[in-house]
Amino acid sequence: MTGLFTSQDRYIPVTVVKVGPCVVTQLKTMATDGYDAVQLGFGEKKKSRTNKPLQGHLKKSGESLYAILREVPVDDPGNVTLGQTVGLDIFQVGERVDVTGITKGRGFSGVIKRHGFHGGKKSHGSHSHRIPGSIGCSATPAKVIKGKKMPGQYGNERKTIRNLQIVDIRPEDNLIMIKGAIPGSRNGFVTIKKPKFAK
Amino acid sequence: MEILKQIERESMRLDLPHFAAGDTVKVYVKIKEGEKERIQIFQGVVISKRGGGTNATFTVRKVSYGIGVERIFPLHSPIINKIEVVTRGRVRRSKIYYLRKLRGKAARIKERRFT
Repeated sequence: MTGLFTSQDRYIPVTVVKVGPCVVTQLKTMATDGYDAVQLGFGEKKKSRTNKPLQGHLKKSGESLYAILREVPVDDPGNVTLGQTVGLDIFQVGERVDVTGITKGRGFSGVIKRHGFHGGKKSHGSHSHRIPGSIGCSATPAKVIKGKKMPGQYGNERKTIRNLQIVDIRPEDNLIMIKGAIPGSRNGFVTIKKPKFAK
Repeated sequence: MEILKQIERESMRLDLPHFAAGDTVKVYVKIKEGEKERIQIFQGVVISKRGGGTNATFTVRKVSYGIGVERIFPLHSPIINKIEVVTRGRVRRSKIYYLRKLRGKAARIKERRFT
Protein backbone atom coordinates (compact mmCIF):
# COMPACT_ATOMS: atom_id res chain seq x y z
CA MET A 1 0.00 0.00 0.00
CA THR A 2 0.98 3.54 -0.57
CA GLY A 3 -0.70 6.86 -1.15
CA LEU A 4 -1.07 9.42 -3.90
CA PHE A 5 -1.98 13.06 -4.16
CA THR A 6 -4.96 13.68 -6.40
CA SER A 7 -5.44 16.64 -8.70
CA GLN A 8 -7.51 18.22 -5.91
CA ASP A 9 -4.40 18.03 -3.68
CA ARG A 10 -6.01 15.40 -1.49
CA TYR A 11 -4.10 12.39 -0.23
CA ILE A 12 -5.73 9.05 -0.89
CA PRO A 13 -4.49 5.61 0.16
CA VAL A 14 -3.98 3.20 -2.72
CA THR A 15 -2.99 -0.42 -3.16
CA VAL A 16 -0.90 -1.25 -6.20
CA VAL A 17 -1.96 -4.49 -7.87
CA LYS A 18 -0.28 -6.24 -10.75
CA VAL A 19 -3.03 -7.39 -13.08
CA GLY A 20 -2.33 -10.09 -15.58
CA PRO A 21 -1.64 -10.76 -18.30
CA CYS A 22 -3.74 -13.85 -17.64
CA VAL A 23 -4.27 -16.57 -20.20
CA VAL A 24 -7.52 -18.43 -20.76
CA THR A 25 -6.69 -22.06 -20.04
CA GLN A 26 -10.14 -23.60 -20.08
CA LEU A 27 -13.67 -22.75 -21.11
CA LYS A 28 -16.50 -24.11 -19.04
CA THR A 29 -19.90 -24.06 -20.66
CA MET A 30 -23.43 -24.85 -19.60
CA ALA A 31 -23.49 -27.86 -21.94
CA THR A 32 -20.36 -29.58 -20.65
CA ASP A 33 -19.97 -28.36 -17.07
CA GLY A 34 -23.39 -27.11 -16.03
CA TYR A 35 -22.23 -23.50 -15.65
CA ASP A 36 -20.49 -20.79 -17.64
CA ALA A 37 -16.97 -19.85 -16.56
CA VAL A 38 -13.46 -19.22 -17.76
CA GLN A 39 -10.31 -20.59 -16.19
CA LEU A 40 -7.43 -18.15 -16.13
CA GLY A 41 -3.74 -18.83 -15.60
CA PHE A 42 -1.29 -16.34 -14.12
CA GLY A 43 2.38 -16.37 -13.18
CA GLU A 44 5.18 -18.69 -14.15
CA LYS A 45 5.86 -22.22 -13.01
CA LYS A 46 8.81 -24.50 -13.69
CA LYS A 47 8.13 -27.59 -15.74
CA SER A 48 9.93 -29.72 -13.16
CA ARG A 49 7.51 -28.46 -10.51
CA THR A 50 4.37 -29.22 -12.53
CA ASN A 51 2.87 -32.67 -12.57
CA LYS A 52 2.06 -34.35 -15.84
CA PRO A 53 -1.74 -34.19 -15.65
CA LEU A 54 -1.54 -30.41 -15.21
CA GLN A 55 1.02 -30.14 -18.01
CA GLY A 56 -1.38 -31.97 -20.27
CA HIS A 57 -4.24 -29.70 -19.24
CA LEU A 58 -2.25 -26.53 -19.90
CA LYS A 59 -0.98 -27.80 -23.26
CA LYS A 60 -4.40 -27.08 -24.76
CA SER A 61 -3.93 -23.35 -24.29
CA GLY A 62 -0.25 -23.06 -25.21
CA GLU A 63 3.19 -24.05 -24.06
CA SER A 64 3.52 -22.02 -20.87
CA LEU A 65 2.80 -23.25 -17.36
CA TYR A 66 1.07 -21.10 -14.77
CA ALA A 67 1.62 -20.77 -11.06
CA ILE A 68 -2.02 -20.21 -10.23
CA LEU A 69 -5.26 -21.07 -11.95
CA ARG A 70 -8.53 -19.38 -11.08
CA GLU A 71 -12.02 -19.76 -12.39
CA VAL A 72 -14.05 -16.67 -13.13
CA PRO A 73 -17.76 -16.84 -13.92
CA VAL A 74 -18.72 -15.17 -17.20
CA ASP A 75 -22.04 -14.65 -18.97
CA ASP A 76 -20.97 -16.08 -22.31
CA PRO A 77 -17.76 -18.09 -22.72
CA GLY A 78 -18.32 -18.03 -26.49
CA ASN A 79 -16.72 -14.56 -26.59
CA VAL A 80 -13.34 -15.88 -25.50
CA THR A 81 -11.02 -18.43 -27.02
CA LEU A 82 -8.48 -20.77 -25.48
CA GLY A 83 -5.06 -19.20 -25.14
CA GLN A 84 -6.44 -15.67 -25.28
CA THR A 85 -4.75 -13.19 -22.95
CA VAL A 86 -6.86 -11.15 -20.58
CA GLY A 87 -5.22 -8.01 -19.26
CA LEU A 88 -6.07 -4.81 -17.48
CA ASP A 89 -7.64 -3.32 -20.60
CA ILE A 90 -10.99 -4.58 -19.31
CA PHE A 91 -10.81 -2.05 -16.48
CA GLN A 92 -11.29 1.70 -16.59
CA VAL A 93 -10.19 4.48 -14.29
CA GLY A 94 -12.96 5.42 -11.87
CA GLU A 95 -14.66 2.05 -12.19
CA ARG A 96 -15.63 0.13 -9.06
CA VAL A 97 -14.52 -3.45 -8.48
CA ASP A 98 -14.76 -6.24 -5.94
CA VAL A 99 -11.47 -7.69 -4.70
CA THR A 100 -11.32 -11.20 -3.27
CA GLY A 101 -8.34 -12.69 -1.49
CA ILE A 102 -7.13 -14.70 1.46
CA THR A 103 -6.71 -12.43 4.48
CA LYS A 104 -3.60 -12.37 6.63
CA GLY A 105 -3.66 -15.21 9.14
CA ARG A 106 -3.75 -14.04 12.76
CA GLY A 107 -3.90 -17.46 14.37
CA PHE A 108 -6.04 -18.23 17.41
CA SER A 109 -7.09 -14.78 18.49
CA GLY A 110 -9.06 -13.42 21.40
CA VAL A 111 -12.34 -11.54 21.18
CA ILE A 112 -10.77 -8.09 21.24
CA LYS A 113 -8.71 -8.60 18.11
CA ARG A 114 -11.19 -10.93 16.44
CA HIS A 115 -14.53 -9.25 17.12
CA GLY A 116 -13.59 -5.81 18.40
CA PHE A 117 -14.77 -6.32 21.98
CA HIS A 118 -13.82 -3.50 24.29
CA GLY A 119 -12.14 -5.51 27.01
CA GLY A 120 -12.17 -4.88 30.72
CA LYS A 121 -10.38 -2.46 32.99
CA LYS A 122 -6.62 -2.60 32.88
CA SER A 123 -6.11 -1.69 36.54
CA HIS A 124 -8.03 -0.66 39.68
CA GLY A 125 -8.02 -4.25 40.92
CA SER A 126 -9.49 -5.63 37.74
CA HIS A 127 -8.63 -9.14 36.63
CA SER A 128 -10.68 -9.08 33.43
CA HIS A 129 -8.32 -7.44 30.98
CA ARG A 130 -9.07 -9.13 27.69
CA ILE A 131 -11.54 -11.85 28.64
CA PRO A 132 -14.85 -12.22 26.72
CA GLY A 133 -17.05 -12.02 29.85
CA SER A 134 -20.35 -13.82 30.17
CA ILE A 135 -21.33 -15.95 27.20
CA GLY A 136 -24.99 -16.30 27.99
CA CYS A 137 -27.76 -16.99 30.53
CA SER A 138 -28.08 -19.73 33.13
CA ALA A 139 -30.66 -22.55 33.36
CA THR A 140 -32.73 -21.01 30.60
CA PRO A 141 -31.74 -21.62 27.84
CA ALA A 142 -29.01 -23.77 29.45
CA LYS A 143 -26.86 -23.58 26.34
CA VAL A 144 -24.68 -21.14 24.50
CA ILE A 145 -26.50 -19.55 21.57
CA LYS A 146 -25.13 -20.52 18.19
CA GLY A 147 -22.91 -17.98 16.53
CA LYS A 148 -21.74 -16.51 19.86
CA LYS A 149 -18.63 -14.47 19.26
CA MET A 150 -15.73 -16.24 20.94
CA PRO A 151 -11.98 -16.61 20.54
CA GLY A 152 -10.78 -18.73 17.62
CA GLN A 153 -8.98 -18.73 14.31
CA TYR A 154 -8.89 -15.26 12.83
CA GLY A 155 -7.73 -14.45 9.34
CA ASN A 156 -6.42 -16.79 6.66
CA GLU A 157 -9.89 -16.90 5.19
CA ARG A 158 -11.41 -15.82 1.91
CA LYS A 159 -12.79 -12.29 2.07
CA THR A 160 -14.23 -9.92 -0.50
CA ILE A 161 -14.01 -6.17 -0.25
CA ARG A 162 -16.67 -4.63 -2.44
CA ASN A 163 -16.99 -1.45 -4.48
CA LEU A 164 -13.38 -0.32 -4.38
CA GLN A 165 -12.53 2.40 -6.83
CA ILE A 166 -9.82 2.15 -9.47
CA VAL A 167 -7.72 5.28 -9.16
CA ASP A 168 -5.10 4.76 -11.83
CA ILE A 169 -4.13 2.25 -14.51
CA ARG A 170 -0.64 1.80 -15.91
CA PRO A 171 -0.81 -0.51 -18.91
CA GLU A 172 2.96 -0.40 -19.52
CA ASP A 173 3.68 -2.13 -16.19
CA ASN A 174 0.37 -4.04 -15.93
CA LEU A 175 -0.43 -2.18 -12.73
CA ILE A 176 -3.67 -0.81 -11.39
CA MET A 177 -4.13 1.25 -8.27
CA ILE A 178 -7.14 0.59 -6.11
CA LYS A 179 -8.29 3.04 -3.48
CA GLY A 180 -8.07 1.58 0.01
CA ALA A 181 -6.87 -1.73 1.36
CA ILE A 182 -7.46 -5.18 -0.09
CA PRO A 183 -7.36 -8.60 1.62
CA GLY A 184 -4.10 -10.45 2.04
CA SER A 185 -0.43 -9.90 2.58
CA ARG A 186 2.08 -8.21 0.33
CA ASN A 187 2.72 -10.22 -2.82
CA GLY A 188 -0.49 -12.17 -2.17
CA PHE A 189 -2.85 -13.23 -4.92
CA VAL A 190 -6.26 -11.66 -5.35
CA THR A 191 -9.12 -11.81 -7.82
CA ILE A 192 -10.58 -8.57 -9.15
CA LYS A 193 -14.16 -8.74 -10.34
CA LYS A 194 -16.94 -6.50 -11.55
CA PRO A 195 -19.00 -5.31 -8.57
CA LYS A 196 -21.78 -7.60 -7.47
CA PHE A 197 -23.82 -4.83 -5.86
CA ALA A 198 -23.14 -1.73 -7.89
CA LYS A 199 -23.50 1.55 -6.07
CA MET B 1 8.80 -3.65 -3.71
CA GLU B 2 10.96 -1.80 -6.22
CA ILE B 3 7.86 -1.04 -8.28
CA LEU B 4 6.15 0.41 -5.24
CA LYS B 5 9.15 2.64 -4.50
CA GLN B 6 9.17 3.87 -8.06
CA ILE B 7 5.48 4.75 -7.94
CA GLU B 8 5.98 6.57 -4.65
CA ARG B 9 8.88 8.50 -6.11
CA GLU B 10 6.64 9.90 -8.81
CA SER B 11 4.38 11.70 -6.36
CA MET B 12 7.16 12.73 -3.98
CA ARG B 13 8.55 16.23 -3.79
CA LEU B 14 12.26 15.91 -4.37
CA ASP B 15 12.72 19.65 -4.91
CA LEU B 16 12.30 20.60 -1.24
CA PRO B 17 15.38 21.41 0.85
CA HIS B 18 16.50 19.14 3.65
CA PHE B 19 15.45 20.23 7.11
CA ALA B 20 15.14 18.59 10.51
CA ALA B 21 13.55 19.13 13.89
CA GLY B 22 14.75 22.36 15.48
CA ASP B 23 15.06 24.22 12.19
CA THR B 24 13.05 27.36 11.60
CA VAL B 25 11.33 27.17 8.25
CA LYS B 26 9.10 29.30 6.06
CA VAL B 27 6.43 27.20 4.40
CA TYR B 28 4.84 28.82 1.36
CA VAL B 29 1.32 27.35 1.25
CA LYS B 30 -0.96 27.65 -1.76
CA ILE B 31 -4.43 28.67 -0.69
CA LYS B 32 -7.40 28.41 -3.01
CA GLU B 33 -10.21 30.88 -2.49
CA GLY B 34 -12.86 30.11 -5.04
CA GLU B 35 -11.14 30.71 -8.36
CA LYS B 36 -8.21 32.67 -7.00
CA GLU B 37 -5.05 31.13 -5.68
CA ARG B 38 -2.66 32.91 -3.39
CA ILE B 39 0.32 32.04 -1.29
CA GLN B 40 0.48 32.29 2.47
CA ILE B 41 3.64 31.95 4.51
CA PHE B 42 3.70 29.90 7.69
CA GLN B 43 6.93 30.45 9.59
CA GLY B 44 7.87 28.47 12.65
CA VAL B 45 10.00 25.78 14.23
CA VAL B 46 9.86 22.23 12.93
CA ILE B 47 9.06 20.15 16.01
CA SER B 48 8.64 16.77 14.35
CA LYS B 49 9.11 14.93 11.13
CA ARG B 50 7.53 11.54 10.72
CA GLY B 51 6.63 8.83 8.25
CA GLY B 52 8.25 7.68 5.08
CA GLY B 53 7.44 7.59 1.42
CA THR B 54 4.51 9.67 0.29
CA ASN B 55 2.98 9.50 3.74
CA ALA B 56 5.62 11.65 5.49
CA THR B 57 4.51 14.74 7.40
CA PHE B 58 6.16 17.47 9.42
CA THR B 59 4.84 19.74 12.16
CA VAL B 60 5.62 23.44 12.32
CA ARG B 61 5.00 25.40 15.52
CA LYS B 62 4.83 29.12 15.89
CA VAL B 63 3.61 31.45 18.57
CA SER B 64 1.07 33.83 17.10
CA TYR B 65 -0.10 36.71 19.35
CA GLY B 66 0.89 34.71 22.41
CA ILE B 67 -0.94 31.59 21.30
CA GLY B 68 0.92 28.53 20.15
CA VAL B 69 -0.15 27.39 16.68
CA GLU B 70 0.93 24.09 15.20
CA ARG B 71 0.32 23.02 11.66
CA ILE B 72 0.96 19.56 10.23
CA PHE B 73 1.92 19.48 6.57
CA PRO B 74 2.17 16.40 4.38
CA LEU B 75 5.78 16.65 3.25
CA HIS B 76 5.02 15.77 -0.37
CA SER B 77 1.79 17.72 -0.66
CA PRO B 78 1.30 19.76 -3.82
CA ILE B 79 -0.14 22.61 -1.73
CA ILE B 80 3.37 23.45 -0.58
CA ASN B 81 4.79 25.94 -3.03
CA LYS B 82 8.24 25.97 -1.50
CA ILE B 83 10.05 25.65 1.81
CA GLU B 84 12.77 28.01 2.96
CA VAL B 85 15.06 27.11 5.83
CA VAL B 86 15.58 30.27 7.87
CA THR B 87 17.87 28.93 10.59
CA ARG B 88 19.22 25.54 11.47
CA GLY B 89 18.70 24.73 15.13
CA ARG B 90 20.82 22.57 17.37
CA VAL B 91 18.59 20.13 19.23
CA ARG B 92 19.38 16.75 20.73
CA ARG B 93 16.21 14.86 19.85
CA SER B 94 14.14 14.29 16.76
CA LYS B 95 10.82 15.30 18.32
CA ILE B 96 11.08 18.52 20.27
CA TYR B 97 7.62 18.45 21.84
CA TYR B 98 9.08 19.85 25.07
CA LEU B 99 9.00 23.21 23.32
CA ARG B 100 5.24 23.33 23.90
CA LYS B 101 5.72 23.80 27.63
CA LEU B 102 8.30 26.52 27.30
CA ARG B 103 7.67 30.25 26.94
CA GLY B 104 9.78 33.24 26.03
CA LYS B 105 13.49 32.99 26.68
CA ALA B 106 13.35 29.29 27.54
CA ALA B 107 11.79 28.46 24.19
CA ARG B 108 14.81 29.62 22.24
CA ILE B 109 16.77 27.11 20.19
CA LYS B 110 20.51 27.47 19.76
CA GLU B 111 21.59 27.92 16.19
CA ARG B 112 23.65 25.13 14.70
CA ARG B 113 27.12 26.19 13.70
CA PHE B 114 28.96 24.50 10.90
CA THR B 115 32.69 24.46 11.59
